[in-house]
Amino acid sequence: MASKSTIFEYAPAPESRAVVDIRASYGLFVDGEFTDGHGEPFKSINPADESVLADIACADETDVDRAVSAARTAFDKVWGPMPGRERAKYLYRIARIIQERSRELAVLESIDNGKPIRESRDVDVPLVAAWFFYYAGWADKLRHAGFGADPKPVGVAGQVIPWNFPLLMLAWKIAPALACGNTVVLKPAETTPLTALLFADICRQAELPPGVVNIITGAGETGRALVRHRGIDKIAFTGSTEVGRQIARSVAGTDKKLTLELGGKAANIVFDDAALDQAVEGIVNGIFFNQGHVCCAGSRLLVQESVAEDVLERLKTRMATLRVGDPLDKNTDVGAINSAAQLAKIEEFSAAGEEEGATRWSPPCDLPAQGFWFAPTIFTGVAQSHRIAREEIFGPVLSVLTFRTPEEAVTKANNTPYGLSAGIWTEKGSQILWTAQRLRAGVVWANTFNKFDPASPFGGYKESGFGREGGRHGLEAYLNA
Amino acid sequence: MPEKAGPGRLAVRKTYKLFIGGAFPRSESGRSYVVTDAKGRFVANAARASRKDARDAVVAARKAFPGWSGRTAYNRGQILYRVAEMLEGRRDQFIAELRGTGLPKPQATAEVDAAVDRWVWYAGWADKLAAVAGSANPVSGPFFNFSTPEPTGVVAAVAPDSPLLGLVSVVAPAIVSGNTAVVVASEPAPLPAITLAEVLATSDLPGGVINILTGHRAELAPWLATHMDVNAVDLAGAAPEDVPDLEDKAAGNLKRVLRPDGADWTAEPGTARMTAFLETKTVWHPVGV
Amino acid sequence: MSTETLNSAAELRAFLHGLPGVDQVGADERAARLATRSIKTTAKAEAIDLAISMVDLTTLEGADTPGKVRALCAKAAHPDPSDASVPRVAAVCVYSDLVDVAVRSLAGTGVGVASVATSFPSGRAPLEAKLADTRAAVAAGASEIDMVIDRGAFLSGDYAKVFEEITAVKQACGDAHLKVILETGELATYDNVRRASWLAMRAGADFIKTSTGKVSPAATLPVTLVMLEAVRDYRAATGRQVGVKPAGGIRTTKDAIRYLVLVNETAGPDWLAPEWFRLGASSVLNDLLMQRRKMATGVYSGPDYFTLD
Repeated sequence: MASKSTIFEYAPAPESRAVVDIRASYGLFVDGEFTDGHGEPFKSINPADESVLADIACADETDVDRAVSAARTAFDKVWGPMPGRERAKYLYRIARIIQERSRELAVLESIDNGKPIRESRDVDVPLVAAWFFYYAGWADKLRHAGFGADPKPVGVAGQVIPWNFPLLMLAWKIAPALACGNTVVLKPAETTPLTALLFADICRQAELPPGVVNIITGAGETGRALVRHRGIDKIAFTGSTEVGRQIARSVAGTDKKLTLELGGKAANIVFDDAALDQAVEGIVNGIFFNQGHVCCAGSRLLVQESVAEDVLERLKTRMATLRVGDPLDKNTDVGAINSAAQLAKIEEFSAAGEEEGATRWSPPCDLPAQGFWFAPTIFTGVAQSHRIAREEIFGPVLSVLTFRTPEEAVTKANNTPYGLSAGIWTEKGSQILWTAQRLRAGVVWANTFNKFDPASPFGGYKESGFGREGGRHGLEAYLNA
Repeated sequence: MPEKAGPGRLAVRKTYKLFIGGAFPRSESGRSYVVTDAKGRFVANAARASRKDARDAVVAARKAFPGWSGRTAYNRGQILYRVAEMLEGRRDQFIAELRGTGLPKPQATAEVDAAVDRWVWYAGWADKLAAVAGSANPVSGPFFNFSTPEPTGVVAAVAPDSPLLGLVSVVAPAIVSGNTAVVVASEPAPLPAITLAEVLATSDLPGGVINILTGHRAELAPWLATHMDVNAVDLAGAAPEDVPDLEDKAAGNLKRVLRPDGADWTAEPGTARMTAFLETKTVWHPVGV
Repeated sequence: MSTETLNSAAELRAFLHGLPGVDQVGADERAARLATRSIKTTAKAEAIDLAISMVDLTTLEGADTPGKVRALCAKAAHPDPSDASVPRVAAVCVYSDLVDVAVRSLAGTGVGVASVATSFPSGRAPLEAKLADTRAAVAAGASEIDMVIDRGAFLSGDYAKVFEEITAVKQACGDAHLKVILETGELATYDNVRRASWLAMRAGADFIKTSTGKVSPAATLPVTLVMLEAVRDYRAATGRQVGVKPAGGIRTTKDAIRYLVLVNETAGPDWLAPEWFRLGASSVLNDLLMQRRKMATGVYSGPDYFTLD
């Protein structure tokens, strides 16, 4: 009897869009109200089919000023003086509403961002709720956090977040800021504003006092106006190292506190004694999770030569089972690239990889005609000097390098200006600790990868930025000791 | 340093040089500048370090980093305590040298004593820092997750004008956690820094862990702030008008920047100057059979 | 098909301990993620029929009687008497003394007869008794033998003993297919499951099977994942394909489909046939039938409409 390969093509299993109600246009959320912006409105599109989702208001300098003033007033009059236990209850309330509206948030995130519904449903949104729950609990315990006997909030935080985890990055920024008694003006990325604007509605449902959270939309200009505003006491930015550098320059000579969570080029090191099947899963999860739009993605595979062939064979077999397509299909593993610009960048890097002599491979993969798509790709025969081994691609593209000794693995892993994350795969405990100690990276995943938790500090060494988000450490950026 | 001369004997003066990689080189530029006492009288020629000396100092600091950060915390604590011992042994020499900068004897004595005590304070932190700044994190899943503080790397510091206590207060917290340092000494009063280097050189401190430059801050600091192999800058002694530019330069490779905060060096230090030059590393591992 | 010659106990041990380890958390995570696959509409309809055709309909009770076995056989050949489009199951699985009843009942249906043997479920008997048990089942017409390994020997590190028993039973099987039950619920770790899988395959197993159904936990998704990885790797290394049978604890259509997804995305579609994958179960059959009818009629069915045998 012939094998039945047709059965498991899997019929389409789309999540219903009916749960979300996308309005034709969105204003800025300032002082508890949706208001018009004075900049030129822009459109947010669905990267999976290039359809227009909504018109989005653009904040100019006067709008930024309005938002910062609202935040300042809320800080001085309401949120700053409020007892921690009361702030805590608002944050718990927000966490609960996020859980209640989880389906809606997940579907909207996948529509606006292009990420698979499986991830927005099982990873992003549960973590968002967890982040608010976690920091809610800190709000009335800050005296016990180790940052002085009576730590004070910093004031008004200006927060600029990227498009790869729109709602999760919002949670990473807003939850600790509010728990510590700060108020915020947050700018989501221009390609993914919708869940932040839905979050504004959640703030209203939670009856959060006006001005405590302000969401202003716009592109780079809006972000620049926000970080340069004199009324901002603290800036938190997640995004590219280049923009992070500009922000660091713009705060030079001011009293603004700054934390930056920037790019990465993480090494995922596979030793010859690794649990190979789990290592392959970790490699796949490391680079194809969220289409590789992950600052801590394991974009450089360093595999010990003695098992390189075996690992690559397993990896290719596994990659062939990845399902690329409709982000709302519950069986999709790899969704759409977030924007045309990002797709162009990934394509440019891939072309450079081929020109530099690396070997490109992707599994057979039918990509939709409309929208922005890029097949999961690996490059073998990559040298440290190749651009695809040095620069952050921020896409589903893995560079494979080999090493012979643990010393060489560590040297190659650290041979980068970045230092955000790294992976280690070995069944030998002492080798894990030896390697972890030597890796210059803020997060080291041993025998796992791309794990996140509100209790776990996250952030980089070197040009991957400074400051930590998550855990007790994540409070420091929002407190004056 | 006052000279112990007597009738019929000409004192042997000390040549004040730089301290780089555990050695005492002259500035490669061959330059020096005149150091005067409070009354404007000549005391000595101090080496006037050049950008190339700064470069060499960074190279020495980077070279020393793996070894120093790789030592046990206990060992680093022992060495810092040894510095205190050596400094205590040269107490009179330092008091005399500080008096040469214009400090009256009681203040000079107090500053030397405080500097010794500061080494002792930081020495004791070496093996406690990880317990205070680190954590085991209760993540929701079958994982063991822990965070440990690690040194940032090479720290470049512009020391304040408190010539001994200020210098020690800047350098000790940087190195106790395993960082290595390049420090630009007080420009008007550089001599105690070089004498301190003699203490460091005889305290089992590996060469290159602390490198001391004397010279013009305005000339040296920008080279350190822009240096791409420096991980952090401490601007404690930078002139206020120079801070914006140095911070801007430091952004080139996203150095950690410790801004000048008008610190009172005589006050008991907290942990802030140590934690400013620490990175938190978080390690995840599954828990299973 | 060939079985290997055992060079030495030491070689076998070195080989088994040289296999890549299995990280428990990673394996659990992978299985859990595959369990979130959403199999709908046409894919679900096909999956249900495939699952029915893979069922080893099982009765292994001290209270089994010829009547009970005959009823089970009738169900195996025609799971839903009111619907001829329902496929027959793969095999009926019984104790060795009831093989002849099953063989007579199933003559001409194409349904196989599997017999547990080798002192099922404990495996605690002298080798000669195990072989006699096997020979009796084969002589009575069993086309498949489900043996149990000596877990005590395995856990004490006496891999050679386990290997030799399997090769001896394999020889006693003649033309009957040999399924080797690892009883993974007693092996404690996935590393052991992987080692036992390779041990059984190297000793000549045609199938590796998770459980007797008498020990808890019986089959689980991650254990089956590890075994599917083993058969995949074994075929890549030797060219010989070995089947996998999770048994016990599979009660619902959702459970069954999760196993099929696991097969599809781990060993691959080559294993998606009754020759290479079986579901050792009994109650799951009625749930599959109910789901099948729901898909045909659009309304939920109830247990009263399906036979309990």
